[in-house]
Amino acid sequence: MTSIRRILRPEQIRELSLLLIIVGVVLFFGSQIDNYYTPRTFQRISSSVMIIMVVAVGETLVVLTRNIDLSVSSIVGLTAYVAGQQISQNNDMSPATLIALALGLGAALGLINGLLVAYGNIPAIVVTLGTLAIYRGVLVQYGGSKNILVRDLPDWLVDLPRVNLFTIGEFEIRLLFAVALAIVIVFQLVLVYLAYGRRLYAIGSNPDAAQMAGLPTRRTVLLAFVLCGALSGLGGFMYLARIGTISSNAAQGLHMQVIAAVVVGGVNIFGGSGTMIGMMLGAVLMGILEQSLIRMQINEFWKDAFFGLFILLAVATDALLMNRVRDLWARSAAQLHLARRTAPQKE
Amino acid sequence: MPRLRDWRELLRWETLLAVILLLVIAVNIQMSPHFLGTRNLVNLFQLSIEKIIVALIMTFIIINGEIDLSVASVMGLSACLFAWLYEQGTPAEVAILAALAAGMLCGAFMGFWIAYANLPSLAVTLAGLILYRGMARILLEDRSVGQFPHWFTRLGQTDQFGPLSFGIVLFVVLFVVALIALHFSAFGRHVYVIGNNRSAARYAGLKVRRTKMALFVLSGLIAGLCGLLLAARLGTVRANAAEEFELDIITMVLLGGVSIFGGTGTMIGVGLSILVVLNLRNGMSLAHYSGNIQTSVVGALLIASVLLPNLLRDARQMWLRRGARRRPRPVAGGQEEEESRQTVDPKPIARS
Repeated sequence: MTSIRRILRPEQIRELSLLLIIVGVVLFFGSQIDNYYTPRTFQRISSSVMIIMVVAVGETLVVLTRNIDLSVSSIVGLTAYVAGQQISQNNDMSPATLIALALGLGAALGLINGLLVAYGNIPAIVVTLGTLAIYRGVLVQYGGSKNILVRDLPDWLVDLPRVNLFTIGEFEIRLLFAVALAIVIVFQLVLVYLAYGRRLYAIGSNPDAAQMAGLPTRRTVLLAFVLCGALSGLGGFMYLARIGTISSNAAQGLHMQVIAAVVVGGVNIFGGSGTMIGMMLGAVLMGILEQSLIRMQINEFWKDAFFGLFILLAVATDALLMNRVRDLWARSAAQLHLARRTAPQKE
Repeated sequence: MPRLRDWRELLRWETLLAVILLLVIAVNIQMSPHFLGTRNLVNLFQLSIEKIIVALIMTFIIINGEIDLSVASVMGLSACLFAWLYEQGTPAEVAILAALAAGMLCGAFMGFWIAYANLPSLAVTLAGLILYRGMARILLEDRSVGQFPHWFTRLGQTDQFGPLSFGIVLFVVLFVVALIALHFSAFGRHVYVIGNNRSAARYAGLKVRRTKMALFVLSGLIAGLCGLLLAARLGTVRANAAEEFELDIITMVLLGGVSIFGGTGTMIGVGLSILVVLNLRNGMSLAHYSGNIQTSVVGALLIASVLLPNLLRDARQMWLRRGARRRPRPVAGGQEEEESRQTVDPKPIARS
């Protein structure tokens, strides 16, 4: 029994149960909807989930440090609009320049958030509630009532969401979805293997202790916000490619879906625990629900109520169940340690 | 040095707010001759009446160390439920009671998770924000419902008591009640103590859970009431009613000198900051700035309301340290000791 407890870490139990829920949900919808198991369903879900996934990677970095970034939706909207405007005025702009522009603008907006939080000592919820309004206000003022139109965009950008990277059976893995997957995996590796990733966990578990231990807490938190901004900028670029028509209220409310994915994916809102893989499973679950509810002809207005309930359920199970599982795991680890130390003496 | 301390007493946050308020009013008077007209002064309150009433209960919640992000959604849900029931043929009086009950239920539901399951209020009320807005969308979808009874819409519009509306009178009454409840009642002291140190309050025998539960139920009830006021004032209800009102409400409270970490703040400060925000918005309207710029300015104000005290505190500490270096003082007493502790403590990165 102890050995099973040792093999499965609490986070993995959480991810496994999320995977089981996903399988259950897919089986349920498969029995309710005709022609559910088709490449088209996969395509719809993957393309609706990719933007959320990319932005949620950044949000996870921030939430791990016991902060939160509500302003991501405004950053996505603002970068999508500015990038769209630049490319429509100058169709010859190279893809690399455009992506760099989106990433840079996003990073700059994230830098403002990060400076105020890390060096201004203002709670992240206050800063980002403010910048959520400010960035949106800047966008509305800058864009006015003019929309970015698909016909002004170059062909490569409009065709980008349909570019196919490779095919598994009948399932096409589109380029943008593959990029989103790659980002999730890269940042999962960063969290596990890089000192920076470990610092995020240390700061989130106990900010005071992390500072006492000499970790550069301010720089680490600042970089988390900058990365979150840059990834939101990339999300803005993807939004531009996928939607094409960008108005000044683009991506409004996206931060709710992003935070829902992060929290449902098992990233503790109090910081210090959670993985990118879990977040991805959370995002996929939300995406499956969203697309399947539409297919079931259930009113799209039910979507938000479901998302709200899921966040509450996820937070509640985290607080009520996961803490106990973690306690159990820590205790069995201590037992194992004790057993190892006493074992050689018996021989 | 008693004299210096007296002088420092004047440097309270409330004094600063009063000076800012006078400045804003002076600029407004300069800018428009209509500013001082009764009509404009009534409108000043009337256009944000729901927000400022909710800001009163939000003050209690933030002083208590929690936050309620869901108030705007509860307002929307109560307005939508009222409109939906009325549309289905329910008498308006019953629909009003149902909407108020729904508001209380929303608050009680979140209060349960926060007070009895010890979940962070940030996460719970964020879930509430999405959940209740979703329920409002389920009720009204993309329709807009109006044509409420005449007596109901009259409640939300002006000229009930002289030039004043029902909402303004209600705000004044509730402000006095909140002032007394926060500063001159046992309940108010409990709210402060719990906000300062939850565990200490529990060990001292205070009913921490019941106090938190009561605050969230009250918050739900008042948000429900304000949703009805909004429905009455606008005459029609859509599913996005009151969306994003939480920004203004939280800004008013934090600008009033209430610490987001709980435990400090005064009702007078919140009253002054409400006046500042209202006058600022009114002045910007008179100067023909669009609503989005106004919202941006409120967002900047929200950040400034926390950044400024931080900077002031840092500056004061530096000043104190320089003074200490110049002439060594006797062993520092309570206040100084607390301040030196603050310099050693790592600054909290954020409290969720």
